[in-house]
Amino acid sequence: MKFAVIQFPGSSCDLDLYHAVKDVLGEEAEYVHHHETDLSGYDAILLPGGASYGDAVRAGALARTTPVMEAIIRAAEEGKPVLGVGNGFQILTEAGLLPGAFLKNRDQKFICRTVKVQVVNNRTPFTSEYTEGEELNIPIAHGEGNFYCDEETYVQLKENNQIVFVYSDGNPDGSVGDIAGLVSEKGNVLGMMPHPERAAESILGSEDGLNVFKSIVNEWRESHANQA
Amino acid sequence: MLTKLEPTAEQIRDEKIYAQMGMTTEEFEMAVKLLGRLPNYTETGLFSSMWSEHCSYKSSKPVLRKFPTEGPQVLMGPGEGAGIVDIGDNQAVVFKMESHNSPSAIEPYEGAATGVGGVLRDVFSMGAQPIAAVNSLRFGELDNDRDRWLFEEAVAGIAGYGNTIGIPTVAGEIQFDPSYAGKPLVNAMAIGLLNHEDIQRGLAAGVGNTVMYVGAKTGRDGIHGATSSSEEISDDPGKERAPVQAGDPFTEKLLMDACLELVKSDALIGIQDMGAAGLTSSSAEMASKAGFGIEMNLDLVPQRDEDMTAYEMMLSESQERMLIVVQKGREQEVIDLFAKYDLEAVSIGHVTDDKMLRLLHKGEVVAEVSADALAEDAPVYNKPSREPEYFREFQEMEQQEPEVEDFSDTLVSLLKQPTIASKEWVYSQFDHQARTNTVVAPGSDAAVVRVRGTEKGLAITADCNSRYIYLDPETGGKIAVAEAARNIVCSGGKPLAITDCLNFGSPDNPEIFWQLEKSADGISAACLALDAPVISGNVSLYNERGGKPVYPTPTIGMVGLVENLAHTTTQEAKAEGDFVYLIGETKTEFGGSELQKMLNGGKISGKAPAIDLDVEASRQEALLAAIREGVVRSAHDVAEGGVAVALAEKVFGTGLGADVKLEGSAVTALFSETQSRFIVTVSPEHAARFEELASDARKIGEITQTDRLVIRDADGNPLISQDVSMLESAWKGAIPCLVNSEG
Repeated sequence: MKFAVIQFPGSSCDLDLYHAVKDVLGEEAEYVHHHETDLSGYDAILLPGGASYGDAVRAGALARTTPVMEAIIRAAEEGKPVLGVGNGFQILTEAGLLPGAFLKNRDQKFICRTVKVQVVNNRTPFTSEYTEGEELNIPIAHGEGNFYCDEETYVQLKENNQIVFVYSDGNPDGSVGDIAGLVSEKGNVLGMMPHPERAAESILGSEDGLNVFKSIVNEWRESHANQA
Repeated sequence: MLTKLEPTAEQIRDEKIYAQMGMTTEEFEMAVKLLGRLPNYTETGLFSSMWSEHCSYKSSKPVLRKFPTEGPQVLMGPGEGAGIVDIGDNQAVVFKMESHNSPSAIEPYEGAATGVGGVLRDVFSMGAQPIAAVNSLRFGELDNDRDRWLFEEAVAGIAGYGNTIGIPTVAGEIQFDPSYAGKPLVNAMAIGLLNHEDIQRGLAAGVGNTVMYVGAKTGRDGIHGATSSSEEISDDPGKERAPVQAGDPFTEKLLMDACLELVKSDALIGIQDMGAAGLTSSSAEMASKAGFGIEMNLDLVPQRDEDMTAYEMMLSESQERMLIVVQKGREQEVIDLFAKYDLEAVSIGHVTDDKMLRLLHKGEVVAEVSADALAEDAPVYNKPSREPEYFREFQEMEQQEPEVEDFSDTLVSLLKQPTIASKEWVYSQFDHQARTNTVVAPGSDAAVVRVRGTEKGLAITADCNSRYIYLDPETGGKIAVAEAARNIVCSGGKPLAITDCLNFGSPDNPEIFWQLEKSADGISAACLALDAPVISGNVSLYNERGGKPVYPTPTIGMVGLVENLAHTTTQEAKAEGDFVYLIGETKTEFGGSELQKMLNGGKISGKAPAIDLDVEASRQEALLAAIREGVVRSAHDVAEGGVAVALAEKVFGTGLGADVKLEGSAVTALFSETQSRFIVTVSPEHAARFEELASDARKIGEITQTDRLVIRDADGNPLISQDVSMLESAWKGAIPCLVNSEG
């Protein structure tokens, strides 16, 4: 299975995603420049964290205008798994692949610490290796992670089981409904603010995020085996 | 077109316009002599900025010469952007600390942010990928709006820059003291990694090779920053409009990635950051170091502001710019490389053989000065030095044990002192995990960062207790290095080398110059004893306001090598039943201690704690040997607040308690700041082996599965018995509480 790690101008967690997939899981991964317009050679698309365009205007707003975005939208329409972490999540909402928007953290300060995250829905291509209700230790690192959507959207997200992760030991940033991660209606696009790639090795404090990537790989292998 | 009228060469001399640029009459006359004629306005600007303390170290050079800078591990000592140390496997670590005090006193957010940006450029201009950032900060007490604002904004600025560029801020230290009121110290350190063959230098060599300008455009920001940072902070509100540059971490991220690709190309001859004194220092130094000259056409310099003069362009300190020299004929490759990162690379000149820095603007030669005259021939001052009266008085004082009524209350009050209190409020704003190599995050003695693809790690710390240095600069200088080394050793590393940031008041005051000299003697002695040479550094003088200097603060940044990440050790206790050991004896030493300061309304007096460097070195060696053998579960040095504070810090966040017994007089046993001490925990099965290795260690008690910290006297009577959770919330809540207070 081959992962694309998209590099927007200013992305900095591209290295971390690449490392988690390639070195920790032993899967194929390649960096893909934001000028690229063809992602047909990849089985899964990863949008890294960091501060694309230095978070100018709004976090993720300018990355949305890069050429690679059209290819990402096509990949999502084709049903490929698309994962955005941190700034990647913000870019996915800016691109309309996920609902909602992001505000500055409730207390206006950047927060970097490990938080408790609960798996609310394990029936997605990103969470099948988790049990429902499982509590994870995963770091957050964001200044604009306060997820916002209107009441109507929130009710819909709940009804469709689109909320995948919630903060379970205090809401660090003010996100609506303690939302830490959600999927698209079709379920193949996941955005999450906690960084699973930073919780992929015990030497770094936690392996609780690794199953996000393992789920993607296993789901893909299964569907691939069925087709074969 | 608007033409600006610049003073003529004669006016500069007669009206002493050079003095406004920070030059003395003697210096101006020296420049005239070197030049063989009167300098014009631009040339006077070149001399004044290159001969500023910030660029020339003219007052501190005789002191800096004292430092040991050599060792088998040193690949490059002071003189380039950053120093380099070998870590085996063809890899090397590059690091440097730099001050950004004067801009941070005026505009703390941008001042601190650009401090981070500047020191990162120093590291990647050597060809190294930055892997971690560290900071060392000093502020006044958080009891007034101004100092709270300086503190909050400086922290936000460091976060804003470091988080955006994606280099983790893994360690730091902060002291609060009235001596820094209104004149904060902001020291930023960066650590990078490279392979030996990628080491770059700032050289402009090879006649005809092309001088290129890369990165952000030049604006009027920061003009004469090097000079103004070499002056006292003014209290005159009309004068406090010193130029502060703004940072753009996004551009720096692109510039960093582009430069790190460029260093792999053999088209590159030399590369240097445009730091203090911007285009002037980079061009003059690159030419002088290589023994060549540079001619530049300033019309070609990318400009952000309109109608900039040669003087303004040369002295601008706009951020995120680099000067590079590339092989003639290969400019297009470089232009294409930078274009990939949406950056401009522009040819602005070439290397010459006449050793001159020659500047053309609008068809005229606007400056023609020997590069050596600017970079090498700055005056060097042997400033007068005088032992201050206070030092003699303090040395004659006997060590006295302060009177303490309630030991538990005193411990709680100490834990709430902002210098001791948890810095989580600060470091939770820093992304300390980007690049996914942070094995030990902020909060322990030193950070540990993995060297990916190897079993190795780097232990990183910054330290300086300026109160000891004020009381006794030589002893305090030794302690600063020794404490940094203790933190490295406690984390499982062996010290490799140090960088230093010498923050002092005005060297024109003989007593302050004496502090500088003596602390350098102390630092040098400790570097030799602990085998950690000085590989880079920075001097920041004139840290004064209203004639009042800051405490002498020579901050030490140290990097150590963790040979195998399995040796990584943290300060927190690990398991119930583990034995608690205290390494080193305790004497009555309260001069400059946290307790003395707290009980005397911020004032300190007496002798600094004594230190014997041989004892220090042998204890560190023994502890490291024990850690490497795997018989130590946790290790922590005893620092501010003494054993009681160190014990509390060992159990915080662990869900464990401790029950220990201390010998001797209670106040001394609990709170004295005697040096060269450690508290470690060892599992019972390893106790015998540990005691063999660490002969100075005494078992003082055990870790307990309780929420209780119990410290007893030799007879077993409790001196302190407190809920750990209560102590921890006092320690954690102190800084948020001070920040949110008013008045």
